[in-house]
Amino acid sequence: MDADVIVIGAGIVGAACAHALAQAGRRVLVLDARIGGATGAGMGHLVVMDDNPAELALSSHSTAQWRALAPRMSKDCAYSACGTLWIAANEEEMAEAERKQQRLRAHGIESRLLDGAALARAEPALRNGLAGALEVPGDGILYAPNAARWLLAQGGDSVRIEHAKVDAIADDGTLRLADGSRRTASQIVLANGIEATALCPELPIRPKKGHLLITDRYPDTVHHQLVELGYVTSAHHSDGDSVAFNVQPRPTGQLLIGSSRQFDTTDPAVEAPILARMLQRALDYLPGLADLTAVRSWTGMRAATPNGLPLLGKHPWREKLWLAVGHEGLGVTTAPGSAHLLAALMNGIDPEFDEAPYAPRGLLETA
Amino acid sequence: MSVTTLLHIDGRPVRVKAGSSVAAALHVNGGMGVARTSVTGEPRAPFCGMGVCQECRVRVDGRRMLACQTVCAEGMQVETSA
Ligand SMILES: Cc1cc2nc3c(=O)[nH]c(=O)nc-3n(C[C@H](O)[C@H](O)[C@H](O)COP(=O)(O)OP(=O)(O)OC[C@H]3O[C@@H](n4cnc5c(N)ncnc54)[C@H](O)[C@@H]3O)c2cc1C
Ligand code: FES
Repeated sequence: MDADVIVIGAGIVGAACAHALAQAGRRVLVLDARIGGATGAGMGHLVVMDDNPAELALSSHSTAQWRALAPRMSKDCAYSACGTLWIAANEEEMAEAERKQQRLRAHGIESRLLDGAALARAEPALRNGLAGALEVPGDGILYAPNAARWLLAQGGDSVRIEHAKVDAIADDGTLRLADGSRRTASQIVLANGIEATALCPELPIRPKKGHLLITDRYPDTVHHQLVELGYVTSAHHSDGDSVAFNVQPRPTGQLLIGSSRQFDTTDPAVEAPILARMLQRALDYLPGLADLTAVRSWTGMRAATPNGLPLLGKHPWREKLWLAVGHEGLGVTTAPGSAHLLAALMNGIDPEFDEAPYAPRGLLETA
Repeated sequence: MSVTTLLHIDGRPVRVKAGSSVAAALHVNGGMGVARTSVTGEPRAPFCGMGVCQECRVRVDGRRMLACQTVCAEGMQVETSA
């Protein structure tokens, strides 16, 4: 097959791009080095985030796409429409929950405020005395590695996958592979996550390490993805280590517990001190976790940009090259919206939301 | 003072030395001391004996526990099928 487009990387973002391009009638070659990445390490929470209008547009467009895909998705993608509960520990955070509701409402996203008693009824495992929560029922979860495989498979004959490592991108857009061979197409999409800077050192992407831990099966312990409202403040520090309460009920009955954020380390080792801080934070909200058995803990690297938005669009000076990188802690959520935007731009069509905030040009000028 | 503990493994009474782990009781119960079966139906038995391998998961009085990290208590109900 002669490909119109080559996508570098078969994580959730590359897979979504290949899927969107195939749907637009393109023949796509996907090159993946099988070194793995964030898609295999993350939580798979599909969540509308509203720190800024661009993040809200991308994440809400994306969660709507996931909901539309969900009925067709294979069972092993483990999609669940569990919704999110943004937990307010005190009155200040409850006021923040109300502001959040207003922002979501202005964007047409349904949500519901729960007072302390309603929260206790919804999630009896939470500690007593919490102020309340904002429930966002349209959020969900999925198992991203299988969702990526499923998206690639939807392309049928239009998507071909080759297991190969790209070593360099020449000035004319030709790709040099690790085995010395070359590949070329009229358009190339860079979607290789944290490895993007190995091929394009000019990209302003830094690793942000995260720890996760999963328990044995304890069905019905919690029902929604639970996140502390304080998460927003702790997750967006650009320096220093932080932890936040974030627990996901897996369809298996297991509990996936996050989350931590650390800059300036590429060491994948599980670090006991940060894991302990993260678990202590989780225990502050769900004291019963202390009696459960943990099965495994691991880490992953998020690809963080200075402004927290992914780089989506044409590379300012590299020929043929399009970027779909820098998705940080939201790439599973935002993969379909990113792919929609990029495929539209690559085909010269107006996307369904404004592309300007993600355009690579601005970031590269300040880099 | 009793020096043994009586517990039940999948409904069968098993008497062990007081202070034994549930993993030891699974062994005393005979056979391979199977703790559970994997998703593909393979039998799994305690392997590392120190809480690392996670192969010894059982249900103890309704709760998922590690057999090697749990001390037998009088009247305990252990289920391996879970
Ligand atoms: C701890 C943690 C928790 C997270 N939780 C969530 C969450 O709840 N919700 C959410 O939306 N997001 C979450 N994320 C973020 C999300 O996982 C990532 O944003 C997303 O997976 C990025 O996908 P990707 O396809 O861009 O990159 P990756 O998944 O890293 O994929 C890159 C691919 O490129 C391939 N590759 C790399 N270099 C080359 C090369 N030179 N040649 C060929 N192939 C190459 C790799 O083999 C890999 O398959 C989390 C991340 C972490 C680390
Ligand atoms: S035998 Fe390995 S964890 Fe119990």
